[in-house]
Amino acid sequence: MTAFDEERLGDLLSALPPAPESWVRAAQEIPRTHSGVDEIVERAEADEEYRRYVVADPEAALAEADVVAHVDAVELLRRKLDK
Amino acid sequence: MSEMDTDAVEAMGLHVHLTDGQLVARCRAGEPEAWNELVERFSRYVYAICVQAFKLSEHDAEDVFQEVFTRAYEHIDKLRDDEAIRPWLAQLTRRLCIDRLRAGSHEQPEDLLDPIGADETLARLDDAIAVHEALAILPDNCQDILDRFFARDESYRMIGEALDLPSGTIASRISRCLAKLRLEMEEKPPAPRPDIG
Repeated sequence: MTAFDEERLGDLLSALPPAPESWVRAAQEIPRTHSGVDEIVERAEADEEYRRYVVADPEAALAEADVVAHVDAVELLRRKLDK
Repeated sequence: MSEMDTDAVEAMGLHVHLTDGQLVARCRAGEPEAWNELVERFSRYVYAICVQAFKLSEHDAEDVFQEVFTRAYEHIDKLRDDEAIRPWLAQLTRRLCIDRLRAGSHEQPEDLLDPIGADETLARLDDAIAVHEALAILPDNCQDILDRFFARDESYRMIGEALDLPSGTIASRISRCLAKLRLEMEEKPPAPRPDIG
């Protein structure tokens, strides 16, 4: 960047509006989602009956583990269970 | 920043004055506040790439936005250069946007797969990041008023109500803060432009 006139500064400040708050909050939840999913997978690996329950109803398993059961969390849980 | 300043910042649970590399290192160490700050720091940039450079719909942009941060979280251990997190995120966002456009390409003309002007928009966003970094050095009242007026597109009336200021003084405050920002930019060394092509 070479020119710093105030019109250009205003234009560049306008170029980065905030992302929707709900998106930011969801992204900030990612570590909690991962650790919740890891706990479910660990338990499922040790308990076949629980594993069948998780496979049948991943949303309920996530909710029980206090993880928001959004699409990405369900997908992550399925992927890790399949490994 | 002095060690004492750093301690004070940390005591407040803030990481706003950490470099990108320091922030990445703290995320890798599992500090929840560091991850929150990383998302906060780069959320506007990732969002702008999705909706301005690649003109994704809000729905597609939200999917790409979450995917970018999910991959960042999963691969943060594998970054070769912690200070290069921003160009890495830009590259990742760009690739996921193109994948998203390609997935819907039965309805899209071929030239939307890498939209004309995307590179220019990405360059503009890098300049915008540099301005925001300079903005972060200004006093809080300047940061707030400039962000509200330019980035959040708030009217003088809304700003006046939010900050408890007479609306007749808003324009002059914006002008003074812009002048301070200009000074910061003039003193700032030029940042190398990331190669994300």
